[in-house]
Amino acid sequence: MSIEILDPVADVIEHAPDTRRIPKLGFLGWLSVAVIAFALFLAIFGPMLAPYDPVVGDLSYSDVGPLAGHPLGFDYQGRDVLSRLLAGARTTIFGAGFVALVAIIIGTSLALLSAWFGGKTDTFLSAALDVLFAFPGILLAVVAAAVFGASLFSAALALAIAYSPYVARVLRGAALKQRAMTYISALEVQGFGAWRLTVRHLLPNISALIVAQGTILFGFAMVDLAAISFLGLGVQAPNADWGVMVSDGKTSLLLGYPLVSLSAVFCIVAVVAAVSFLGDRLESNSKGGNR
Amino acid sequence: MTDLLTVTDLTVRLKMDSGMREVITGTSLTIASGEAMGLVGESGSGKSMTAKAIARLLPDGAETLGSVVFDGVDVLALTGDELREHRSQVAVVFQDPRAHINPVRRIDDFMTESLRTLRDVPKGEATKRAAAVLEEVGIDDPAKRLRQYPHELSGGMLQRVMIATALLSEPRLLLADECTTALDVTTQAEVMAILDDLRRERGLSMLFITHDLELAGAVCDRTTVMYAGQVVETREARLLHGDPLHPYSAALVDARPDIDSTADRLRAIPGRPLSAFEAPSGCRFATRCSFAQDSCREHDQVITELDGGLVRCERATELRGKVREGAHV
Amino acid sequence: MLQFIAKRLAMLVATLLVASFAIYGALYLAPGSPIAALTGGRTLPPEVMAQIEARYHLNEPFLTRYWLWLTAAVHGDLGESIPLHESVNTLIAQRIGTTLQLVFFTAILIIIFGVGLGILGALGRGSVDTGVLFASTVSAALPAFAAAVILQFIFGVTLGWFPVIGTGEGFVDTVKHLTLPAIALAATSVALVTRVTRTAVREELDKEHVQTAVSRGLPWSDVVRRHVLRNAAIPITTIVGITIASLIALSAVVETAFGLNGLGAYLVQAAQNKDFAVVQGISLVLVVAFVITNVVVDIAYAVLDPRVSLGSRAQ
Repeated sequence: MSIEILDPVADVIEHAPDTRRIPKLGFLGWLSVAVIAFALFLAIFGPMLAPYDPVVGDLSYSDVGPLAGHPLGFDYQGRDVLSRLLAGARTTIFGAGFVALVAIIIGTSLALLSAWFGGKTDTFLSAALDVLFAFPGILLAVVAAAVFGASLFSAALALAIAYSPYVARVLRGAALKQRAMTYISALEVQGFGAWRLTVRHLLPNISALIVAQGTILFGFAMVDLAAISFLGLGVQAPNADWGVMVSDGKTSLLLGYPLVSLSAVFCIVAVVAAVSFLGDRLESNSKGGNR
Repeated sequence: MTDLLTVTDLTVRLKMDSGMREVITGTSLTIASGEAMGLVGESGSGKSMTAKAIARLLPDGAETLGSVVFDGVDVLALTGDELREHRSQVAVVFQDPRAHINPVRRIDDFMTESLRTLRDVPKGEATKRAAAVLEEVGIDDPAKRLRQYPHELSGGMLQRVMIATALLSEPRLLLADECTTALDVTTQAEVMAILDDLRRERGLSMLFITHDLELAGAVCDRTTVMYAGQVVETREARLLHGDPLHPYSAALVDARPDIDSTADRLRAIPGRPLSAFEAPSGCRFATRCSFAQDSCREHDQVITELDGGLVRCERATELRGKVREGAHV
Repeated sequence: MLQFIAKRLAMLVATLLVASFAIYGALYLAPGSPIAALTGGRTLPPEVMAQIEARYHLNEPFLTRYWLWLTAAVHGDLGESIPLHESVNTLIAQRIGTTLQLVFFTAILIIIFGVGLGILGALGRGSVDTGVLFASTVSAALPAFAAAVILQFIFGVTLGWFPVIGTGEGFVDTVKHLTLPAIALAATSVALVTRVTRTAVREELDKEHVQTAVSRGLPWSDVVRRHVLRNAAIPITTIVGITIASLIALSAVVETAFGLNGLGAYLVQAAQNKDFAVVQGISLVLVVAFVITNVVVDIAYAVLDPRVSLGSRAQ
């Protein structure tokens, strides 16, 4: 007794991107945002705020514990740990940001191409991605280090490439769903071109998911990049970087002076936890229709 | 005929995010042995919940008041093994068969599970019985179907499988919850016919839940209409369709387009159906009733007997014969 | 079903071909000539250089070289490490045992704790669930190297319960030595598996077909076993498979942190020393392992979910 009417107008209204609404995050969500904001602040201003030289130390202070003016003590090279933490924020955080950004750009482009053209393009790209899936991020970074020499850039680029297929796969699904919606067909019929439709209509409607994915990726990137620096194949000593610090501090830790490694670990874990939590929240919001 | 099922003053509250919400208020109905009772209402009327209460399938945290007596047993008080025994006596056929069958197990596994687990029937024997019932519901080559997985069968076939499975455990009461709604019209008719035949053959009682008054009228002995969690009318099925007592039942009948006449507009009931917890005090249908008067809105309506049926409307006697379209008061 | 497996194996071979091509080709991306890359920039006497040229067929076209390398690899010969004058095979064989032990141990931890806690959280009472959620959030925040360092400090240095470096001799000793590394490696994976398991079981509990089983009067233990867990096994097996596959690369970090002489740690060293043949050889081994693991996961998925391989043949 009930008739279902397909209402293209309702479809449009329902799916117009609502960019004005502030996402619902809850207390922990906003706390995460605060932590991330603080980390970003350190990333930008950290090196300038460091009270002592983060790179060159005084060996006579090697592995000395906390003193007045040096709340976290010194590392094995006699460098002030706090200063190194402040300075190290930059490479750790910007490096991860670079990875996330590049991975999102590559992944989104591939996903949109796949979703828009479908058919052979989709099959080909999916097959290509399948091959890329065979390379774990760390492996690719290690090979890159062997080929190009160990550096933050080679490691970050390698990670970004290794992450792209995951982004592409998730976004492809969402993009395909959008592509199939009636409002796109309606606009197509009116003569709007593929580029315009993709950028001005499709993209905004998956933007929430992209941001969520980007946030989650940032967390993974931070961990992987720090791990690679820990292995000595990313940021190179004597630069300050949280991953490098964990590695630096290992010998000291085994001798009973854990502060270097542990403080760096704490910073990494805090930011990663905040980012993961925020990413999860954003993702469930984007799916739960918090538009 | 003795009453197999007696529901008295059933009130159910469900736990929702916003707190406990009442979905059924003081509902009573009886089903005799071998009788088919239709339960008709729109969404939110409480009809599905009534069935769930009878089968003890309400969600966690639900509050149930009143009494449900099945074959002399107080259903609401059952626990453990006795509860499981009760559940096997009351077979439920659900609306969306595909969602209600485990997709990763074969059909024979699904059909014989109850027999094997609860009644210790050996696998070979159980499979034979399953094949026999499948033939009864009109499925060809039952042996082949039994070896298949649910995704290999169409919706209509799956619903027949569900009905067959329900019959396998030889229940006394069949609860059919909108079991044909998800099917196309032709399949609907076939499934209804099978259900009706088998029911009569085996002398099963049935509670047939639907939003389609006419369908209920075709298959059932008596029909109960629910609105906003309350029973508003109970009457012999054919009579209810031709000569309703309650304005809501009449509106439901009128809303169905008549193939023999032309109309400029479809007759819809103004407003939207309410759940029990959204309904106003006084007559719950008053907001949408074309016969509502102030007194209706002031008094909570009670069930009264009228012409062999039960109706919840203080104006029922007054409106006798005039509730259908075209009658003005 | 067989068709499905055949298809997957074909894709596996194709992927490996392309991947091996990429691994081999990476050498030529290196700045400078291939010889410089192979020798790591060291200068060697002319006869040795000539030997290298012959050995690596450097005068022949790229594709020929790739083919020769690949066929040799398939036959088990991964070339020779120039700085060390040892066959890559030997170098790998010496270390693969440690890595396999570590990955195996870690996999057991992931399955027992990840799946176990997930099921506990989904089926248990509210307080149990909260406990599980909390534990998994903590665990999730500890990437392998962080966990490694923390564990080393607390249990190794401070409490002295476990050794912090090296592999140990004999079964019990090895287990002792691998305990902290395995826990460190397992930490984030356990958290992920717990979460997915919990969600999968929870979702399955709410499904209509479970309600049907209950409505037929089946005992709860049967319902859980035959319908909830059996169906939830699909996504659970997938995530367990994926996390175990990821261990392959992650082992490098933990092995380095704990001074274990495994493939991963050696790969890192070889990369630092620009020992190219070793990097290629180990990379190939790891990629093969990774891809094979993923194919096994795919096949397991198809076995558990008949809808995948048989497709829909509704009449």
